[in-house]
Amino acid sequence: MNSDGGFDIERIRRDFPVLKREVNGRPLVYLDNAATSHRPVQVMAEITRFYRDINSNIHRGVHTLSVEATERFEAVRERMRDFIGAPHASEIIFTRNTTESINLVAHAWGRTFLEAGDEVLISEIEHHSNIVPWQMLRDARGIALRHIPMLPDGTLDLDEARRLIGPRTKLLSITLMSNALGTIVPVAELAELARAQGARVLVDAAQAAPHMPIDVGDLGADFLACSAHKMLGPTGVGVLWGRRELLEEMPPFLGGGDMIASVSLEESTWNELPHKFEAGTPNIAGVVGFGAALDYLEAVGMDAIRSHEVDLTSYALDRLIDVPGVTLYGPLDPELRGGVVSFGLEGVHPHDIGQVLDGEGVAIRAGHHCAQPVMRRLDIAATARASFYLYNTREEVDVLEAAVREAADFFGGFGG
Amino acid sequence: MVNLDDLYREILLDHYRRPRNRGPLETANASAEGSNPLCGDEITLELQLDDDGRIADVAFTGDGCSISQASSSLMTEYVRGRKSDEATSAIDAFQAMMIEGEEAPEELGDIGALAGVRKFPMRVKCASLAWKTLELALAQHDRHDDATRATVTTDERSTSNG
Repeated sequence: MNSDGGFDIERIRRDFPVLKREVNGRPLVYLDNAATSHRPVQVMAEITRFYRDINSNIHRGVHTLSVEATERFEAVRERMRDFIGAPHASEIIFTRNTTESINLVAHAWGRTFLEAGDEVLISEIEHHSNIVPWQMLRDARGIALRHIPMLPDGTLDLDEARRLIGPRTKLLSITLMSNALGTIVPVAELAELARAQGARVLVDAAQAAPHMPIDVGDLGADFLACSAHKMLGPTGVGVLWGRRELLEEMPPFLGGGDMIASVSLEESTWNELPHKFEAGTPNIAGVVGFGAALDYLEAVGMDAIRSHEVDLTSYALDRLIDVPGVTLYGPLDPELRGGVVSFGLEGVHPHDIGQVLDGEGVAIRAGHHCAQPVMRRLDIAATARASFYLYNTREEVDVLEAAVREAADFFGGFGG
Repeated sequence: MVNLDDLYREILLDHYRRPRNRGPLETANASAEGSNPLCGDEITLELQLDDDGRIADVAFTGDGCSISQASSSLMTEYVRGRKSDEATSAIDAFQAMMIEGEEAPEELGDIGALAGVRKFPMRVKCASLAWKTLELALAQHDRHDDATRATVTTDERSTSNG
């Protein structure tokens, strides 16, 4: 990827054929990466190769294809371990997505080890997938669910966090990067406070893992969840990492094949990690394709991707802040946010912004971004959100800015 | 290819910019709330119905995209002063236009400008919100159910990936 040790954007873009597409007669400008990224040809080729040349179930037969399929699948577990700096590959559990990973912890760990009076602490800027499972746990177990409030600039109130983290706190479940505002949360600092109280720490890295280097040790995490489809991989593959001693004391989440050691009609015993948590045939080709995505990301370099996105975000904030009627949400310091720019335009509903932008070939997201508490705190129903990735360019930000100005003109000349 | 002029007809932009019958209605005896959770469109519709079933007054509040707000404004303009069964017929005609693609009856007037929304499937629910909310408000009044305000959600999908 790095022909001269630099960030070769043209070479990267050639690996993503969809970027050559036209939408509504204009070159596609894909700025909805926080929803899902595109996949490079290397990932698609790997999936095709797997189905074409191997295609067998894993952890089963002794035949050659099954052995090869198992080796490919398990090699990705090791790649993922390395990607997040985890100690053991057996701590990597493949799920469907981040949502399932968080639900796995809420069920298998939460319902086993938490009881009435215990507290789970989240934040006001969580995605619904890191709110709803804990509300369900609260209703089932009578635990208390508390949240660290958001400040007007989209960062968390850390003074309040220090007050909220106490002896009753049993779990801090927190995002590393807000999908709605891009805010990067100082998770390591909060995790240290939580662990000092004996609490466990779950990191929702769905947004962060695709865009910045991750090390579970540096974060002080006990669990970490992310999704392949936001990081160049296929849909339908998620990851849960958990510290081995925690995973070992947890009961299974789903029951079925592959997760057992032995089964009689009366009772079963559980397989060892990670298989205990991987019931049934997984998305084998998807996981294999995800391996190619991890290879791609590491070849470019996570530090290089982060630098590129800081540059794009900084440029986008500078360009959009000058557009009359634009309100920018979230921290204005690009070092404190990921490649997400959430904004509003006076007198124009985000849905209408998205529609006009689509007419210009620009794909953004308009809505509440599955973060309704954030919208409520900002006293808005929705935002327009542009989100960047390694293949986006400053020229595309220029197209975004021009399209936002066009939306302002189209609906313009009146207040909201 | 998308032609935004099919969606954003001038008459709709006019109703968005200068909504008719916007505000609370002190004399209301029927009301309903509607929302599209995914988009954030919200409308509260209030009706004052006479004893003979005539919509003597109508008003709406809420926030949403240009299409949802223009549709609300057009709808209230149309039903004001009409009998509730005429309003029900208009709801049916609107749905036939939106869902079946039938031509709008002449008497719906400017409401026919919403026909172009059909080319934008993601926006049909924005245009429909006001009419579904009207349907609910009329049904609530028929049941003499004044104690609670009925609510309708036109968006079947309550979640999505962020």
